[in-house]
Amino acid sequence: MSFIAKPKIAHPGLPKNELGLTRRDYEGGMSTLCAGCGHDSITAAIIESCWQMSMRPEQLVKLSGIGCSSKTTAYFVGGGHGFNSVHGRMPSIATGAIAANKDLHYIGVSGDGDTLSIGFGQFAHAMRRNLNMLYIVENNGVYGLTKGQFSASADIGSKAKKGEENLQPPIDPVLAALTLGGTFVARSFSGDKEQLVPLIIAGLKHRGFALIDVLSPCVTFNDHEGSTKSYEFVRDHYDEVVHADFVPPAREITAQYGQGDAMPVTMHDGSRILLRKLDPSYDPTHRGQAFNYLRDKLAQNEYVTGLIYIDEKSPDFHEVSGTTATPVNQLPYPKLTPGAQGLEKIMARYR
Amino acid sequence: MQPTDTANPDYYHRVVDCQWACPAHTDVPEYIRLIAQGQFTAAYLVNRESNVFPGILGRVCDRPCEPACRRGRVEQEPVAICRLKRVAADHRDDVRPHLPKAPARKNGKRVVCIGAGPASLTVANDLMPLGYEVTIFEKWQTPGGLMRTNIPSFRLPEQVLSEEIGYIIDLGVDLRLGSPVTSMKQLLATGEFDAVFVGSGAPKGKDLKLPGRKDPAAAAHIHIGIDWLESVAFGHVKDIGRRVLIIGVGNTAMDCCRSSLRLGADDVKVMARKPRAFFKASEWELEDAEAENVEIVVNHAPKAFVTENGRLVGMRFDVMEYDLDATGRITAERVVGEKLLPCDDVILAIGQENAFPWIENDLGIEFDQWHVPKVDTTTYQSTRPSVFFGGDAAFGPKNIIWAVEHGHQAAISIHQFCQDREVAQRPPRLLNLSSRKMGLHEWAYKNDYNPVERRLMPHVDLKERFKKINIEVELGFTAEQAAAEVQRCLNCDVQTVFEARLCIECDACIDICPVDCLTMTPNGTEAEIRTRLKAPALRVTQPLFVSAPLQHTARVMVKDEDVCVHCGLCAERCPTAAWDMQKSKIRIPYASDETTPCSSTPATPRPAPIRRSA
Repeated sequence: MSFIAKPKIAHPGLPKNELGLTRRDYEGGMSTLCAGCGHDSITAAIIESCWQMSMRPEQLVKLSGIGCSSKTTAYFVGGGHGFNSVHGRMPSIATGAIAANKDLHYIGVSGDGDTLSIGFGQFAHAMRRNLNMLYIVENNGVYGLTKGQFSASADIGSKAKKGEENLQPPIDPVLAALTLGGTFVARSFSGDKEQLVPLIIAGLKHRGFALIDVLSPCVTFNDHEGSTKSYEFVRDHYDEVVHADFVPPAREITAQYGQGDAMPVTMHDGSRILLRKLDPSYDPTHRGQAFNYLRDKLAQNEYVTGLIYIDEKSPDFHEVSGTTATPVNQLPYPKLTPGAQGLEKIMARYR
Repeated sequence: MQPTDTANPDYYHRVVDCQWACPAHTDVPEYIRLIAQGQFTAAYLVNRESNVFPGILGRVCDRPCEPACRRGRVEQEPVAICRLKRVAADHRDDVRPHLPKAPARKNGKRVVCIGAGPASLTVANDLMPLGYEVTIFEKWQTPGGLMRTNIPSFRLPEQVLSEEIGYIIDLGVDLRLGSPVTSMKQLLATGEFDAVFVGSGAPKGKDLKLPGRKDPAAAAHIHIGIDWLESVAFGHVKDIGRRVLIIGVGNTAMDCCRSSLRLGADDVKVMARKPRAFFKASEWELEDAEAENVEIVVNHAPKAFVTENGRLVGMRFDVMEYDLDATGRITAERVVGEKLLPCDDVILAIGQENAFPWIENDLGIEFDQWHVPKVDTTTYQSTRPSVFFGGDAAFGPKNIIWAVEHGHQAAISIHQFCQDREVAQRPPRLLNLSSRKMGLHEWAYKNDYNPVERRLMPHVDLKERFKKINIEVELGFTAEQAAAEVQRCLNCDVQTVFEARLCIECDACIDICPVDCLTMTPNGTEAEIRTRLKAPALRVTQPLFVSAPLQHTARVMVKDEDVCVHCGLCAERCPTAAWDMQKSKIRIPYASDETTPCSSTPATPRPAPIRRSA
């Protein structure tokens, strides 16, 4: 935690995006997390992604629940909209907001506790609805805010700071997402922005629910020997299977990839992500294969990372629920409220 | 790249750009902090240790520190380092009790300095406390050299000059005024002195041999700049014609034009042969002259002096045109016209040379083809081992701060020489580092970036200042201005020190750095790493720090030193204290460091530099 705010001074040669903004213009308030927290790196990756996308800050909605992770929405894109909800209930708030306005970008930031324990039901239903949002789980395997108890994502055999071993099996948000019908399932690591930034951009462009489980070491309670979510352990057991390169609509794909290694996927806005398969036999559009691959690797204590599964064809929440194309706040008042007579008619239907 | 060798004292020294750029390596951040604490006397003494004349230099230094200042790279304007020096000098208490004293028992060695300018005075300042007996021969009736004769008193008050020279003379220097040395041979023949230091300056102003120069009618109204300034300084010249042309556009020209305005001229033009980018004068001296309504005329090459009816009436110029290439260099020049400018007086300020008509050829003191003495650039020793040169006498006109540094180095050489030690054997520069961490979120320096802009020096009203020649134009910073200006210093001497083996590669420092000067990346060549930095490298002349390979990924931590504001957030955010903010103290050796004034006892060895415990 730091009490010293980042000064406003910036590098004089800082590049600008299409809106004429620098990366610094996408920052938020001063982080009060522990020094070295993985969450701060994820915040920096979100800042970088929004800047690269030339997103207008007011186009972003930041949603979160409770926990260390959920504080971080205050630390990026100060010009965006934010809603800090009840513990584990962020998906409900997101559902309402997304239904009311489909023109905005939605980023939900949650933690392993907020998502896999108190909010597990909400998480599952958000995925089932295929809400058009990016849902980031800042996953560190402990409850940092309450002094480091094991969370639902702690691995069997992982040791707490004082040495006790976790004996309960973990819930893996990625495996859960694959079984629940998630249409964009990715895992990354706070210490690998080269992988994380394109994933965040792709997730924001994805039509539907994009889950990124980001391993984000808790430097205070879970970065010791014996932990399976420490910086060192994650780096040693890191298996990138598919690297996503985001290609904006106007740019040609020029990089050379070996045959069978690269696979372009077109997003609904015409941009593409180029999936670089680091294991040529892997197919990120095959749910069953992805599931098996992950299970096998987990048995070998390997964290499979990258864009693990993608499906751009499934209908999203808007299509299924027939939400309004015009944001509710832009609809004319008479259209929004039926008036006394209209209400009468509606009520009559139930008599 | 190989890991940066931070054990080399030069690495962290270079990060302190101002101190690195200062010929005398004045510890600028340290004295600015002392001013911020209101410790003006201490700030003055820090200055005096290296530059000897803080009050003088705080007014008239050529300030190579300011163009180097990091603040000027992060924002537009550098810290007003020079004028803060004056703040320390103006507000100090009596410093005499703190100054070094000469021991009563002398070491039996006698040194003579020729010319009582800044170089000779520095030699005396450094050698007197060691027990040397120093004699200075000065041709004028007052000491100071160029500081007195060529710098007008409206820029440097006489009292400031005398006081600081007095500190040195009061050590017991045998100062012989009105005693020009006319023969080096005779001086050496006396056998009185163990070493000779020549600090006689570059006293010969260049002439301009153009048609009309020899016309007796014109001669009385054509002046050599430095000679004319000298006459003004000694009160021999009290007026000048109404219309004056100054030829040349260096700092001497600026002093000439501004002096003319105070002696009765009201139409003063400085004539430059080339465009403004080629001016030799410092930007601030040009500004000060222009503020006094001096007109600076570019692209006019002098052609002839014009006389009529037995008096100078003007000067004829060729109007020039230049072609410049992309880098601003002149590729072609041509004359596009001719112009006659009427005038009453002309002052030539086109340069000066050192001249040694009093050094005989057969003394073993060699000169090169341009009659410049052959002097070693490190030891300042001439080809005759007992004779040393310094200041403008050594390598031609530079400025006061260079003369001071020459004096320090020559004093070391003379000391080595007189103690029968190898003159080329120089005492090393050393560097100490000590952590500024006080506790959680507490650092023992002011590390928040203060966005305040450079303060403007208040000046005496334009009408008032011309009434007398010695009204000092600059008033000095007010207390409020000084308090604001000191906060602009970035504390570059509080170094970001990195320990690779402690780093867990969490990215915290990289994410928090406000100026994006940190990058973790695979190693490579310097040119290639510069293309992969988080923010573009703007200046390849600024060093990159490269760490040893990091433990988890074998990447390296790279820091582009260029625009680091030393805010300490990398260290504040580092969970493992791999980054630490450590104050560097660069120890510049001086002759007077040697504590034992006796010739036979070897010097006490210095303590080893304090390094962080590994």
